[in-house]
Amino acid sequence: MADATVNGAVAGSEASPRGAKPARRLSGRNIMIYGTLIVVCLYYLLPLWVMVMTSLKGMPEVRLGNIFAPPVEMTFQPWVKAWAEACTGLNCDGLSRGFWNSVQITVPSVIVSIFVASVNGYALINWRFKGSEVFFTILIFGSFIPYQVMLYPMVVMLREMGLYGSLTGLVVVHTIFGMPILTLLFRNYFASMPEELFKAARVDGAGFWRIYFHIMLPMSLPIFVVALILQVTGIWNDFLFGVVFISKAENYPMTVQLNNIVNSVQGVKEYNVNMAATMLTGLVPLIIYFISGKLFVRGIAAGAVKG
Amino acid sequence: MATPARKSRVFRNLNAKIAAVPMIFCSVVVFLGFSIWTVVYSFTSSKLLPKANFVGFDQYERLWSNSRWLVSIENLMVFGSLSLIFTIVMGFTLAVLMDQKIRFEDTFRTIMLYPFALSFIVTGLVWQWVLNPDFGIQGIVRGWGWESFSFDPLNNPKLVLYGLLIAGLWQGTGFVMALMLAGLRGIDEDIWKATRVDGIPTWKTYIVVIIPMMRPVFITTLVLVAAGIIKLYDLVIAQTSGGPGNASQVPAMYVYSYMFQAQNLGQGFAASTMMLLSVLIVLIPWAYLEFGGKKHG
Repeated sequence: MADATVNGAVAGSEASPRGAKPARRLSGRNIMIYGTLIVVCLYYLLPLWVMVMTSLKGMPEVRLGNIFAPPVEMTFQPWVKAWAEACTGLNCDGLSRGFWNSVQITVPSVIVSIFVASVNGYALINWRFKGSEVFFTILIFGSFIPYQVMLYPMVVMLREMGLYGSLTGLVVVHTIFGMPILTLLFRNYFASMPEELFKAARVDGAGFWRIYFHIMLPMSLPIFVVALILQVTGIWNDFLFGVVFISKAENYPMTVQLNNIVNSVQGVKEYNVNMAATMLTGLVPLIIYFISGKLFVRGIAAGAVKG
Repeated sequence: MATPARKSRVFRNLNAKIAAVPMIFCSVVVFLGFSIWTVVYSFTSSKLLPKANFVGFDQYERLWSNSRWLVSIENLMVFGSLSLIFTIVMGFTLAVLMDQKIRFEDTFRTIMLYPFALSFIVTGLVWQWVLNPDFGIQGIVRGWGWESFSFDPLNNPKLVLYGLLIAGLWQGTGFVMALMLAGLRGIDEDIWKATRVDGIPTWKTYIVVIIPMMRPVFITTLVLVAAGIIKLYDLVIAQTSGGPGNASQVPAMYVYSYMFQAQNLGQGFAASTMMLLSVLIVLIPWAYLEFGGKKHG
């Protein structure tokens, strides 16, 4: 396979003149490039491999064997146990509880935050008003403020609103802290759309919401998908807000519950169950990542580079 | 504020203004208001509840004489500078390798970037297992017959930061690589043609021409990575819980435990204000360079 790779690359770079370097001593150079990349990829793949292999072994085999070796006797028991039986404190109904909590947190948070931010980006570009850019600048700089600075006042605010500790409260928190990056994303995208479109709709008498729902929204579906990927992974992976803004253990999101299961000090450590639980928690963002492919890269790059 | 000169203009674009209320609320109340509130209350002796009895810099004096805080700061400095250097050097090197018209670029990129989709909790727990002294890397090498081999960073106070670093780099380098690659792809092909005509070697072109041209990308990456490091929390919680002892404490953990566990709000506010200050130290020079007094500074 390595040979084919090297030869193929040589042929490829000879065919197109857009090489970084003239084609001389290509094979040695390519061995170095591919060699380095393959070694680096092993570093990246190793934990995933170890995680999956450990989760498919029985505990006796984990104790005896090598963590890198594939299971001799494959078992899905650890996955079943992690999902349905693993204990956190007094609750022994597994990670499924955290999973459904995370779903209940993620779905409304994603919808609300994307709706609010997209309307905002649209207002910022097409309906500028005095001071709108000032607020936007504060918002962008605000996104760098460590959350720790705003946590306590946020707790106070949610408590005043009667939302502290509830899933709704967490939705509000995710919407607020998702604002900067999402608003930036939508603002930049709407800025790249032809202004004539908006003007024509205005001349035809369409108002703020009509233009948003009938023109902007249907025309910018790709950026909505990017925002969706960004938010689902971001909110699913959140830990800090889950710990701070959820007061009852049975409402904890999946990441918090996972940490409580794996890092619990009581009982015998069941590494295979722990790894199955870790894998289960990582599965949602991984599936999104592998399905979305380049859009994921686009999402993070759009958010980062233009910021 | 958005108060216009003439009254009739208040109601112009009324819908847009209503739509912007969440943004105005976020920027003014949450980002500005909440931060100022925390800074103000960091000068009080608040314990269980925030109380406005001001005590000057007492909380800060206590903070800077607390050994746990000093360890946190030292850890953040060491971890932060190492991970900044490594992510940027590795990210750029990988991006350069990826930019050599290689085959399977998408596969390589997918592999390097997937950890970035995972949460820090998952990252920390996986590496905790891989670095497990009995079953992980150390156990395996010993099993091969090298009995004295020792690689147990997570239980060694002197090495624990490197254990965190291995996991942190695993999670974040792919992202930096993607940013750098986007930057490299943004460079005009004519630059490469010109340097080739002049016979400048490739490695020299990268150092003398490409890196200076990519300055904005480097600065943006630096700011993003640095801001992320200051917030570092989940990874440490999952991988080491701050241990062994207090050896891998970080400021965000200090804030959390004083604010929500030890019921010593004033300390928590003072510590979070110091975090805010460190972000400003990173941010203000960047804003100044980037916007040159146009928007900020």
